[in-house]
Amino acid sequence: MARPHRSATSRTVLTLVGLAVTLTACSGGADPASSATTTAEQAAVPSDTAATATPQPDAPALLDAWVKAADSGMTGVFGTLTNPTASDVRVVEGRTEAAGMLELHETADDGTGSMVMRPKEGGFLVPAGGEHVLAPGGDHIMLMQLTGPVLPGDEVTVVLETDAGTELTVTAVARSFSGADEDYPSDGMSSMPDGSGSGHGMAGDS
Amino acid sequence: MKEPRLDRRAFLHGGAGAVAGAALALGGRAAWDAGSRPGAEPAVDDPGARAAGHEDVGRATVPFYGERQAGVATPAPAFASFVALDLVAGTDRDALRRLLRIWTDDAARLTAGRPGLADTEPELALVPASLTVTLGLGPGVFAVPGLEPSRPEWLAPLPPFAVDRLEEAWSGGDVLLQVCADDEVTVAHAVRVLVKEARTFATVRWVQRGFRRAAGTTAPGTTMRNLMGQVDGTRNLVPGQDDALVWHDAAAPAWLAHGTSAVVRRVAMNLDTWDEVDRPAREVVVGRRLDDGAPLTGSSEHDEPDLEAVDAVGLPVIDVAAHIRRARTADPQERFLRRSYNIDDAPPPGALSASGLLFVAYQRDPVRQLVPVQTRLAELDLLNTWTTPVGSAVFAVPGGCREGEYLAQRLVEP
Repeated sequence: MARPHRSATSRTVLTLVGLAVTLTACSGGADPASSATTTAEQAAVPSDTAATATPQPDAPALLDAWVKAADSGMTGVFGTLTNPTASDVRVVEGRTEAAGMLELHETADDGTGSMVMRPKEGGFLVPAGGEHVLAPGGDHIMLMQLTGPVLPGDEVTVVLETDAGTELTVTAVARSFSGADEDYPSDGMSSMPDGSGSGHGMAGDS
Repeated sequence: MKEPRLDRRAFLHGGAGAVAGAALALGGRAAWDAGSRPGAEPAVDDPGARAAGHEDVGRATVPFYGERQAGVATPAPAFASFVALDLVAGTDRDALRRLLRIWTDDAARLTAGRPGLADTEPELALVPASLTVTLGLGPGVFAVPGLEPSRPEWLAPLPPFAVDRLEEAWSGGDVLLQVCADDEVTVAHAVRVLVKEARTFATVRWVQRGFRRAAGTTAPGTTMRNLMGQVDGTRNLVPGQDDALVWHDAAAPAWLAHGTSAVVRRVAMNLDTWDEVDRPAREVVVGRRLDDGAPLTGSSEHDEPDLEAVDAVGLPVIDVAAHIRRARTADPQERFLRRSYNIDDAPPPGALSASGLLFVAYQRDPVRQLVPVQTRLAELDLLNTWTTPVGSAVFAVPGGCREGEYLAQRLVEP
C-alpha cells in the first residue's frame, strides 16, 4: 500500500482528554443524536498526556481503540469508527511508527469457504451518522513489520486518513488477547501494491 | 427497637459521602422496598414488583471513580471474589504502571455495566448489579525496584497467632482484586476479564469466593449471619461516622491518602462439632442470643453488653471467655470495619462440608487496630473451639482515582 499522500491543507493534531482518539480537520455538519451517543461511549482510557484541547464530538473518531499485544511481526488494531458528520466517510489508509506497514483489512470468505484476512478494497466506509466496528474476526487495522514489541498496556499511536484527506490520530491501548490470530507465514508477504493475493489464514476465530 | 440501628439508608448516606461525587444507586434496598411498600403484594406474587426488582438489582451501579475506592464503605453486595495475584519475576515500575492502567480502565467500564475493552463476552458485562472492583497492594508490590521506601510499616503479614493453622494456599499475595456484586455471573465475568488481561504481569495465587444473603431477601441494615448461625458484625464501624479509623487522610503519602488497609483472613468452621453444641451453650460461646443477636444481658441486637452482670449464683451472665467479652476493648483505636463473607466450598472426600468465614476488615493501621484484638481472641475465646484461621493476607488499599488517572498512579509515578 502506498504511503499516504498529503494534501496541502495544514493540519493541527489535537489531543483529547479521556478520548482514545484525536483527530484533525472536521468536515460536514454535526449529527446531534450521534454526537450524544459518541459522548456516552467515550472511553475512559487513562492518559498521562496533559491535554488541553477541546473535544470535537462532531468529527469522525475511533472509539475504544485497542491493539493486540505482540512481541514481533504483526498485529491488529480494533475499535469502533464513528462518523457523526452528515457525509459518509471512508478511511482509506494509515500509518504508525509502531509498524513498517499498515493495511486496512477485512475478514472474508476467499471463495473456497475458508476465511482469510485481506486488504479491504476502498477501505472502511463509515456512513454519515453511523459507525463501523473493527473487531477480531471482522474488519481491522493490520500492523505489519512491527518496529518493536507491543507490550500489554502500551499505547500505539495510529494516524488514519480519510478519502476527504482528513486525519484521525488514534491512541490504541495494547491488550493481551488470544483471538485475532494473525497467522502470516512471514512479515510482509501479504502486502501487494494492488491489494491482491494477500489472503492469509486466520486461526482462533470462528 | 430503642437503640438506633444501623439502617441501610444511613449506611448508604455514609457510603455516598465516602465516594466522592457519587450518587449511589440502590440495589438490595430498592429491591426490598419494591416488595415491602405499603399495600404491595409480596414481591414473589407481583410481576410488577418482580420486574422492578430485577431492573433495580441488575442495573444498579456503584461509581468507580472517586476520592476513595468503592467496595469498602459501600454496602456489601451478596457475592464477592477475592483474587490474590503474584507479580511475575522482574516486574518493574513500567510494567506495574501498564497493569494498573489496564485494570483501572476495565474496572471503570465493567462497574458501569459496559464490556471490558477487549471483552470477548461483552453480553455478560451488561448487568453491573452494584459491581465494585477494589485494588489492594500486598507487601510484594513494594519489592518492585524503587517502591520499597513507600511501603507502609504496617504492610506485612500479621504476626502469627496461637490459633493459626495458616495454609500457603490461602495466604499472602502481591496484589488483591476484590470483586463484589449482587450477581455471581457478573462477578465471574469481571474476574475473568481482569485476570486474563493481567496474564503477562501476574499469576493467580488464590481465589476466595464468598456470599451473603441475596439482594432483596432481607431488610436493608440486617446484620449478616455466618454459617454457624450467629449474627456476625453487630458492633461494626459505621461508614461516615468512624472514617478516621478506616481511611487515611491527606497527611498520608499521596497514593495512600483516602485509602485504607484490607486484612483478609480465611476462618474454617467445624460445623460437625458445632452441631454437638446445644442452643444455650452456643449463646454462651458468643455472649449473644442466636435469634436476634442481642447480648445475653440485653433485649435487642445493638444493646450494650453488661459485662459486670451476674446471674443468681453470682456467675457472669456473659462468660469470661465469651467472644464478645474477649473482643471488647477500652481502647477506641482498636476497632475496624468488618465486611466479611460466608464461604462454603466443596468438602474434601469423606467430609460433609467445608464452610467458614472470609473475615475481611478495613482499618488505617492493622497493627495498631486489629492485631491487639486478634491477640486477645487467640489467647482466649470460646469460639476458637470451632473456628480456625487457615489463611491470612494484608493489603494496602490505595485511594481512589479520577477519570483519566489510574489506581495507585501516585505510587507508581510519584
